[in-house]
Amino acid sequence: MAPEVAGSYPSPQAVGNAPGPGFIGFVHRRRRGAELFLLVLALAVGVGGYAAVGLGVDQEVPADLVGYGGWLAALVVLAHVVVRFFAPYADPVLLPIVAALNGLGLAVIHRLDLAYEAAGKSQHDFAQQQLTWMTLGVVLFVLTIALLRDHRVLQRFTYTSGLGALALLLLPMLPGIGNTVNGARIWINVGPFSFQPGEVAKVLLVVMFAGYLVLHRDALALAGRRVLFIDLPRGRDLGPILAMWAVSLSILVVQRDLGSSLLFFGLFLVMLYVATERPGWLIVGGLMFFGGAGFLYWFSATTGRLSHIQNRVNIWLDPMAYYDKSPGSGQLVESMFGMSWGGLIGRGFGEGQPDRVPYAESDFIVGAIGEELGLTAVMAVILLYGLIVERALRAALISRDGFGKLVATGLAAVLALQVFVVIGGVTRLIPLTGLTTPFLSYGGSSLVANWVIIALLLRISDQARRPVPDLSGNDDSDGFGDDATQVVKLST
Amino acid sequence: MSELTLFLIRLAYLAILWIFVLSAISVIRSDMFGARVPAAAREGGRRGATPKAPKTGRQPSKRRGAPTHVLVTEGANAGERAELDQAPILIGRGSDAAIRLDDDYVSTRHARIAASGDQWFVEDLGSTNGTYIGTARITQPTTITPGTQVRIGKTILELRK
Repeated sequence: MAPEVAGSYPSPQAVGNAPGPGFIGFVHRRRRGAELFLLVLALAVGVGGYAAVGLGVDQEVPADLVGYGGWLAALVVLAHVVVRFFAPYADPVLLPIVAALNGLGLAVIHRLDLAYEAAGKSQHDFAQQQLTWMTLGVVLFVLTIALLRDHRVLQRFTYTSGLGALALLLLPMLPGIGNTVNGARIWINVGPFSFQPGEVAKVLLVVMFAGYLVLHRDALALAGRRVLFIDLPRGRDLGPILAMWAVSLSILVVQRDLGSSLLFFGLFLVMLYVATERPGWLIVGGLMFFGGAGFLYWFSATTGRLSHIQNRVNIWLDPMAYYDKSPGSGQLVESMFGMSWGGLIGRGFGEGQPDRVPYAESDFIVGAIGEELGLTAVMAVILLYGLIVERALRAALISRDGFGKLVATGLAAVLALQVFVVIGGVTRLIPLTGLTTPFLSYGGSSLVANWVIIALLLRISDQARRPVPDLSGNDDSDGFGDDATQVVKLST
Repeated sequence: MSELTLFLIRLAYLAILWIFVLSAISVIRSDMFGARVPAAAREGGRRGATPKAPKTGRQPSKRRGAPTHVLVTEGANAGERAELDQAPILIGRGSDAAIRLDDDYVSTRHARIAASGDQWFVEDLGSTNGTYIGTARITQPTTITPGTQVRIGKTILELRK
């Protein structure tokens, strides 16, 4: 019996018959009012943070609070109105959470600007730039929601987005525009702007993996030979995607971007596991990961090459020993000092010294939050990330088409892995690898890409929560082909 | 500014943060079960659908020994059942099916069990992989009796009393 592949995935329009007997009367509500309520609270988090920074550092409410708050409110209301018009059934919690995290991040970055200024270090205006990037992010969010009315359209661009992702990953290697920052060649400079193309590439890779796996998942799961308790799929099914993944991973390794390599590796495993429902992939992947990491560590320890890998592991195992060495652990240790000084409820804005940590505004922003707002705020932040991932997986669960399920799962995995890698690194759970904390960290490319991720998730959840059109009287199977049935072209 | 004021500002800000988190969770909680469709609206929707029940529309009279429900006996959804007084019963992977099967070999709307007189029929709805009774793939509505095994994909269903 040949597994049925395409055509078997139910699309909401094609399902269209009346709720049959036994159908539980269950529809999702729109919940836009709840979203607006949460957005007001999210604004309170953002603007309140800004005001608290002013009060704590300068002993007065910042003069531009009204202008700043107004701008933030305008962005949030714009996003809300667009969701209300173009995705009325979308998840009500995602947008407020993202707005709150972004607002909190802006406040903390502003605090760090003031701290750098007070310490007499180089003048920064990171908060202002971050607000500009947030504006761009919201604009892209709005465009994505308004223009992409059905996420299944993306399935046509499976291979295009794969190529696009490769091109973006290769861009920093070009001599003219590529730029090396702190040993990682992952930046491009165009005029005054610098950009990290890898952040956009991860969205494209999710689309590519999802589009490929949804077509080949039955073949991947069922056809093939069994070797040592594991069903190996056929080469022609697994080959293309494995090659794609290997190429992107090796590019990242050459660019010395450990965090992103970890992210892509995990993303690929999660999507393969979800698509094929084979837990064996997780075991194989886990073994491969630990084997590879162990080999790299051994390789760098014995030959002395790739010393940055050995360095990271040594710092992770014993940070105090490397505190004042040159490629040392000063950053990590200072951040840990800060977090322990902050304790349960933190020092308060203006009372800590978060500027002692280099790059506190990007990789170590969680450390800065832990120092000035304490464990209470860090727990809230981690919980908010958990809620984002939960809502994304919920959208995947209730989504009615396989492609949407896989894209939502992939995006959830991207966010979850990124948060785990960076917060795990800062809290010394795992070796530190540089990644941005989504929505909190200073960094334009990451912020913009994450706003687009949220737009895609809202689009998928809108499609999934929208009630099935009620076409009573079309009870028979010949209901296909009338006006209500819309043929969605897929690139098969 | 006094130490106490700063302390209160800090506490107030943490409170705002957690009020936001807890409100988000409460919205999720109220969202979890969706909204029930009012029974009247549902009845209205169903009234339009049931008269199209095939061939007859009249349910077999309740008498001793007549089957009362369909039971999934094998497959991923084993144990799931649907009452026959809600016939016709749609079987498939779609969310509108009365018996929803998580089976990759099952089509969205795969088969239907319906009544004619005192007899029950199973009818394939143009599925990709077919509906089988024993080893025979059925091509037209076929009578089934309690205990007849109907195979759909990797799933087996039968009528039960």
